[in-house]
Amino acid sequence: MVSASGTSFFKGMLLGSISWVLITMFGQIHIRHGGQTPDHKHHHLRPPNRNDFLNTSEMTPMELSKGIRVFCIIFGESEDESYWVVLKETWTKHCDKTELYDTKNDNLFNIESNDKWVQMRTTYKHVFEKYGNNYNWFFLALPTTFAVIENLKYLLFTRDASQPFYLGHTVVSGDLQYVTVEGGIVLSRESMKRLNRLLHNSENCAGQSVIWRLSEDKQLAICLKYAGVHAENAEDYEGRDVFNTKPIAQLIEEVLSNNPQQVVASCLSDMAITFNGLTPQKMEVMMYGLYRLRAFGHYFNDTLVFLPPVGSEND
Amino acid sequence: MSEIRFREMASKSWLNILIFLCGSAIGFLLCSQLFSIFLGEQGDTQPNVLHNDPHARHSDDNGENHLEGQMNFNADSSQHKDENTDIAENLYQKVKILCWIMTGPQNLEKKAKHVKATWGQRCNKVLFMSSVENKDFPAVGLKTKEGRDQLYWKTIKAFEYVHEHYLEDADWFLKADDDTYVILDNLRWLLSKYDPKEPIYFGRRFKPYVKQGYMSGGAGYVLSKEALKRFVDAFKTDKCTHTSSIEDLALGKCMEIINVQAGDSRDTTGKETFHPFVPEHHLIKGYLPRTFWYWNYNYYPPVELQSKGPFADSNWNIQHWTLIQLTGKSGPPLVF
Repeated sequence: MVSASGTSFFKGMLLGSISWVLITMFGQIHIRHGGQTPDHKHHHLRPPNRNDFLNTSEMTPMELSKGIRVFCIIFGESEDESYWVVLKETWTKHCDKTELYDTKNDNLFNIESNDKWVQMRTTYKHVFEKYGNNYNWFFLALPTTFAVIENLKYLLFTRDASQPFYLGHTVVSGDLQYVTVEGGIVLSRESMKRLNRLLHNSENCAGQSVIWRLSEDKQLAICLKYAGVHAENAEDYEGRDVFNTKPIAQLIEEVLSNNPQQVVASCLSDMAITFNGLTPQKMEVMMYGLYRLRAFGHYFNDTLVFLPPVGSEND
Repeated sequence: MSEIRFREMASKSWLNILIFLCGSAIGFLLCSQLFSIFLGEQGDTQPNVLHNDPHARHSDDNGENHLEGQMNFNADSSQHKDENTDIAENLYQKVKILCWIMTGPQNLEKKAKHVKATWGQRCNKVLFMSSVENKDFPAVGLKTKEGRDQLYWKTIKAFEYVHEHYLEDADWFLKADDDTYVILDNLRWLLSKYDPKEPIYFGRRFKPYVKQGYMSGGAGYVLSKEALKRFVDAFKTDKCTHTSSIEDLALGKCMEIINVQAGDSRDTTGKETFHPFVPEHHLIKGYLPRTFWYWNYNYYPPVELQSKGPFADSNWNIQHWTLIQLTGKSGPPLVF
């Protein structure tokens, strides 16, 4: 009887081991496939390859530069009032047109709501009605964000604004891939058109129930999804994010503290478009570093030429 | 009889089944454990240079006191395809600068490391001067003590060391702190107009105490080869004193005694190029109050009010900034 139970025990062990091996094998295969499909759903957008593009385009770089018109919306609130002054004086001058919307001291729309999504929708509606025809790209950013509009134009200048584009720093939350507002949100004219159609007509974008409040950037993504517009993560040709939600020093600190024993290759893109979380003083420093400070003897043959804004003094 | 037999056999088979199931469970667990142990041993080899994975999630845990790790800004030089650096490289050969960084044992990993990883590489030669030798970093041991009152003594010993070992390796000799950022290309542009055989030195010129002015220690200063020779000689022949707790002032006084000229480092529009503070202090109007000592020390009139924009600095700048990052830590500079 003991030997009988002994053999059955060993038979059991054998079966257990075999089944484990089989399960892990199948699991690996499944994970490998599974690892790819989310990537297909995870959209990326990269800038054009400079040489390819220049060879095929009939327009000169100057004409191309002029053909792209970016409308900037600064949307949000801050305790530090000096942000608004500094924003006007610094990077927003490089937009073709800017509107600054302080959601705390609202003197633009007089919206009677503290709901960020209501404010955002109204802003987009207003901007599209007034400016939809004159601009082909619409960029929304928080007051604490610093943006390099020239790099934004470089990312976009081969793209057709009559296609639905919705770009920025994306995050996946469950089923939804959305652009975070901290990194800045870019919409093409077509996306704006579709968004506005939805906002006017349906209740789809009216916002979720009061209990389950989603952030305004998620709401925007859900709304745009109804219109068939999907979020794409903007990257440079090495795959690095160009829309950043944190300031430079913090990004560097994080990478270095995660790899204390190693030498890390540069993790910030040379053609970064946004950084968030800057103080007004740091914005002034960024302007200086970007547009004024030069290292003698280094010359850049850039694909596109952007002249400083008319009447500007510090860039 | 057969009934009892039958019941016996039934219970036996239940038991067997139970044992079988136990066995399979144990076999399953055993295998997974063995496998994970086996894999665990192979997981320790790590690559030397880590290329950033754009899809990696960064943890927000930031409990460190200072920045560990190091960044190689030049690993992806393919991004600079459109950059032409011929002139800069030409100057690198023509105007040879030796940089020595004033640091100490406690700052090697915190601050000096980042100088080494960034702008230090643009010097023709860079040395790290500490009170104690460190063969691994590497840092030169000056055999002094540490402390603000030792700065001048360290400076003298550092220049003597450079004079003894590296005099022929460079034309110009720069002293900088471990929290300073220097744009070497612009420094070379300034110095290219001068002959290293002239007795002259450059920095942010201050006017009090010394007739021809003296150079701010925090902003960094650079000596010509002739100036270095005279400085080292002055201590051998007792022309200058060794004891002082104010490094930049003592050096400035010595320079005057040995007839080394205090040069004008301003750019062609009259704006300063050496800066003793972080950029915000120099860029933003009204950041430094009017009563601050700084305004009375500057040898040349500040261009702040005359410049067209809110920025007080010129386009071509040797930036010697005392750079202290964010929350008081010092780290890699913002601008490279």
